[in-house]
Amino acid sequence: MARARTSRRLAADAALLLVAAAFALPLAWVVLSSVDPHADLRVRIPDGVTLGNFDAILTPDITYTPLLNSLILCGGATALTVACAALAAYPLSRFRSRLNRPFLLTILFATSLPITAIMVPVYALFVRVNLIDTVQGTILFFAASQLPFAIWLMKNFMDGVPKELEEAAWTDGASSAQSLVRIVLPLMGPGLAVVTVFSFVMMWGNFFVPFMLLLTPDQMPASVSINDFFGNRGMVAYGQLAAFSVIYSTPVILLYVLVARRLGGGFALGGAVKG
Amino acid sequence: MNARRGITRALPLTPAVVLILLFLAGPIAYCAYIAFTDLQLTGQAHASFVGFANFRRAFRDDAFLNAVWLTLVFTVLSSLVGQNTLGLALAALMKRASKPVRTLTGGIVVTAWVLPEVVAGFLLYAFFRREGTLNAILDWLHLPRQNWLFTLPILAVSFANVWRGTAFSMLVYSAALDEIPAEITEAAEVDGAGGWRRMWHITLPMIRRSIGTNLMLNTLQTLSVFGLIWVMTRGGPGNRSQTLPLFMYEQAFQNSMIGYGTAVALLLLIVGALFSVVYLRLLRTEV
Repeated sequence: MARARTSRRLAADAALLLVAAAFALPLAWVVLSSVDPHADLRVRIPDGVTLGNFDAILTPDITYTPLLNSLILCGGATALTVACAALAAYPLSRFRSRLNRPFLLTILFATSLPITAIMVPVYALFVRVNLIDTVQGTILFFAASQLPFAIWLMKNFMDGVPKELEEAAWTDGASSAQSLVRIVLPLMGPGLAVVTVFSFVMMWGNFFVPFMLLLTPDQMPASVSINDFFGNRGMVAYGQLAAFSVIYSTPVILLYVLVARRLGGGFALGGAVKG
Repeated sequence: MNARRGITRALPLTPAVVLILLFLAGPIAYCAYIAFTDLQLTGQAHASFVGFANFRRAFRDDAFLNAVWLTLVFTVLSSLVGQNTLGLALAALMKRASKPVRTLTGGIVVTAWVLPEVVAGFLLYAFFRREGTLNAILDWLHLPRQNWLFTLPILAVSFANVWRGTAFSMLVYSAALDEIPAEITEAAEVDGAGGWRRMWHITLPMIRRSIGTNLMLNTLQTLSVFGLIWVMTRGGPGNRSQTLPLFMYEQAFQNSMIGYGTAVALLLLIVGALFSVVYLRLLRTEV
């Protein structure tokens, strides 16, 4: 029995390692090419390690401005999303009302709509109301598109904070707003972190929304500006493209690790897929 | 008194509701309107109402039918078969594997998922290109090489979507498998049921709701993939990897027919909405 178990474990290990290797190949390309002076499209060990690729792209034009644009866009939209979602989740979690259920079902329904489909009408609408090519317009749309899921998650996390703690504050004369800010939100810190990080990561990686709604090159976030490595620059410098990809991807990977560690693997999915 | 209390309590909902109405419900309503007009990108003062002309045109347009077919292939291959099956297999294997292997594999698969869409697109573009890694490996194994992005573009982008999206299914199924009581599997094992039979007769029926919700969410996610395919193939060569979102974009912007492009978007939205309703029914949550 024990031997059968060991051999089964070895078989499982071998199978997993094979899949891991297949998944790792494209990742290895980006890491190795970023330090390879003669990078091309194949995964290979560089002859010599260089930081030249990073040096070449660490300029305001190529890296700093797009990353700053990403930060403003995603930071602004995340702040708006989290603030609106926290406010909205409070009455949904705290007070009973006949409207809660239809509201939450609508939210859940909106969560799974393919947002890609509405980008053409959003573009047409933004042209009409003069929001096209504005950072604030893009922030507002980003926040709205992320809100249904953020409200849903936030409500589930808020349900985990016992009401008794708040009732004590109410008898001491605290208002709902005060108890939300002083008691509920601090107690659901990890939940708040999950909603924040998840919203930020989703927007940081989103290509289609800024691609459609922004036109001026110096407003473009990194998700769109990365395309400049192709096209009119002639020969593609793959090493530089890889170096840029590494820099652009690092923040979201770090954020994910930060949150996933604290909350375990399937972190943000709890509310949406519990079946 | 009671009504006033109700209003005060609902007040915090306002900012979220206003944003969602203006920027989500608004565009959807606008979508439903311009899909019935001949709105174009340039050189036109007023769009006029054309009824179902855009939709009739779509169903007679070979390029549209091609996009529907490719969307179907892309979704079935990458989401129903690829992400779902591989995710389940990984989750099941992880239950038996040793801890370091589990951590390593999980970490790599999840990294592919967390990467920004465009970066994922470039990584797989490099992998599938003629000078890329896949052909280098095939050479090394003395197998015939292919110009993957040219000969089998829809297959290449489907693989890319599997690479990128499997982590989600893996996480969902890992959570689901953890909830199966150990006694049940052990009892079946004692009764002599082999691995496959246990999977088929015990595990799968017990996690069927997770399977349902996961399939729904994977499908919805896959229906709206744009950046990944855009980066890898731009929908080409020709239109051999042009799924509906890319077709919609091309009609609206390259051919500047916003009305027609939006009609396609509306169809995509309706398909998505149908899936969402099924998903809600599957979920049957006590909200």
